[in-house]
Amino acid sequence: MALVLLVALPAVLSSYQLSLLTKMLIFGIFAMSLDLLLGYAGLPSLGHAAYFGVAAYTVGLLALRVANNFWIDFPAGLLMAAGMSALFGLFALRTRGSYFLMITLALGQVLWGIAFGWRSLTGGDDGLPSVPRPRLPLPWSLTDGVPFYYFVLFFFALAVGALAVIASSPFGRALVGIRESERRMEVLGYDVWRYKYVAFILAGLFAGLAGTLFVYFNGFVSPSYLNIVFSASALLMVILGGAGTLLGPALGAAVIVGLENFISGYMERWVLVLGVIYVLVTLFAPSGLVGLARQRMRSSGS
Amino acid sequence: MTALEVHALSHSFGGLTALADVSLAVAPGERLAIIGPNGAGKTTLFNIVTGIFRPSAGRVRLFGRDVTRLPTHRRAQLGLARTFQISTLFPRLTVLESVLLAVQGLDPARFVLYRRRAAYGRLLERAESLLAEWGLADRAHQVTRQLSYGEQRQVELILALAGAPKVLLLDEPTAGLSPAETASVAEMIRRFSRDTTILLIEHDMDVALDLVDRVTVLFQGRVLAEGSKDEVRRDPKVAAIYFGTDDA
Repeated sequence: MALVLLVALPAVLSSYQLSLLTKMLIFGIFAMSLDLLLGYAGLPSLGHAAYFGVAAYTVGLLALRVANNFWIDFPAGLLMAAGMSALFGLFALRTRGSYFLMITLALGQVLWGIAFGWRSLTGGDDGLPSVPRPRLPLPWSLTDGVPFYYFVLFFFALAVGALAVIASSPFGRALVGIRESERRMEVLGYDVWRYKYVAFILAGLFAGLAGTLFVYFNGFVSPSYLNIVFSASALLMVILGGAGTLLGPALGAAVIVGLENFISGYMERWVLVLGVIYVLVTLFAPSGLVGLARQRMRSSGS
Repeated sequence: MTALEVHALSHSFGGLTALADVSLAVAPGERLAIIGPNGAGKTTLFNIVTGIFRPSAGRVRLFGRDVTRLPTHRRAQLGLARTFQISTLFPRLTVLESVLLAVQGLDPARFVLYRRRAAYGRLLERAESLLAEWGLADRAHQVTRQLSYGEQRQVELILALAGAPKVLLLDEPTAGLSPAETASVAEMIRRFSRDTTILLIEHDMDVALDLVDRVTVLFQGRVLAEGSKDEVRRDPKVAAIYFGTDDA
C-alpha cells in the first residue's frame, strides 16, 4: 500500500515537495543500509558516511572528468563503496562495542580529510559542483523531477526488496543471533567474523547506492557528506525510526529530512536540534517510532 | 578411539595457574563428571576444549583429530557442543527462533542470504520436533527472557542438543535450580542419546554421580583423582577437599 502511495504521489505534489520526497527515499536507503549493521548485527558504526561519500565522489569525478556514462559511473560508485567497506571492515571488525564506534569514526574521518585536503582532485571544501544526471535510453529525461523521482523509487524498492530477503534469510537471522550473543553463536557453529564482515560489506554497498543516487540528485557533493555529523545523523535516523526493523530507518530518514528542511528555514542550529531529538528518542522511544507504534497497537489490542 | 582427549593441558591467567598438566580421555558414549571446588579449573577446561581460550600448553583431540588450534565454530562443526554455566541465551528472541538458530548452525544453508529461511522447511520441522520432544512446545513463541529460570536452563540444553552433537559439555546445568527443577533437568540429561559422549561439570555430587559412569576430580588446576564412582567416593583425598578434614 505504501508503494502504491509512493507511485501516486507525484500527481499531487509540487516539484519542490517531490524533490524533498526524492531526498527522503535516498536517505532512506542510506539509513536502511546502516540498520543492517546497527539493528541486525549490533554493530554501531559511526563512520557510515564514508561509503555514501566515496560512492558520491566516485560518480561525481567520473561523470565530470571522464564521461557521463551511467553504465560505468554507477557500477563504479557501488564498487568503490563495497571495496572501501571491505578494506575498512578488516580493521573495524577487530574491535567491539565503543572501540568499534571509535575506529569506524576514525576511518571515516580519514576519507573526510582526503576529500577536504586534496583540492586538485576533489575541489576541497568547495566540493564537486555541477555533476550531471545520467542519460539513459528512456523516453523521459532524468533532469526532470518526476522521471528522476521514479528512477530513485525504482532503486528504493529494489533496496527494500533485497534487504527484506537478506533480513529473513538464514544469514540475516544469524546476524540477529550474533547481536544477541556472539559467544553462543560461535559455539553453535557459526563463523561469526565472516557474518559480520559480509554484513559490513553489504551495508557499505547499499550506502554506496544511496551515495550515487544522491550525487545525481543533488548535482553536488562536498566533504560534509563524508564527515561525522552526517554519519551521526544516519545513526539518528535508524534509532528514531526503529533499529532492527526493515522500514523503520527509512521512516526515520523521512522525518529527519523533513524536519531539517523545515527548521533550517528558521534557524541555523540544525545540529543542536539533532541532539535534542536524540535525547528525546532515547528517553521516550528507545525502540523508535516503529517500536512506539507497535506498543500502541498491542496496548489497544489487549 | 577416544571421543575426546585432553593431553597435558596447562593454562594461566596472568600469573595465576588455572590448569596444570591436566590429562583426561573419554570414550565414545561415555559419561564423565568433572567435580571439584570453586576455582578448580573446571570451566577453564571447558573453555579450552571448545576453543574459547587457547591453552598455554597441551593438546586437545576430538576423535583423534588435533583441534588445539581450531576456532570454536569449526569444533562445533565436528560435533562438539556445550552449555554455559551463566546463561548466554538469546534474551530478546523467542524460544522457537533460538532453537531455529541452533538447528541452522550446522545446516549447509546457514550462510544463504538470497532466500528466506522459511523456504527451508527442514529447519522449522527439526526445531519444532526438538521443542515437542523436550516438552517446551507451548513456550515456542515466548521471548526467552520471559521464561522461568528453570525453563531457560532447559532451553540451554535444547540449543546444545539441536545439532545432535557427538560430544556434549554440560557446565553446571542445575546451578541455581530448585530441587524439583534439578530433578527434571537431571531426568532430561538421563534421556539424552547414549551415543552422545557427555562431560558434566556439577557442584552437587549426588546429582553428578547419579548421571555418569566415571568421575574426574579437579583441585587447584590439577587432576586430584579419577575413577569409577565408588573409587572416587572412597578416595580419602576427595573426602578431604569435600568435607574439609584437611586444611585444603
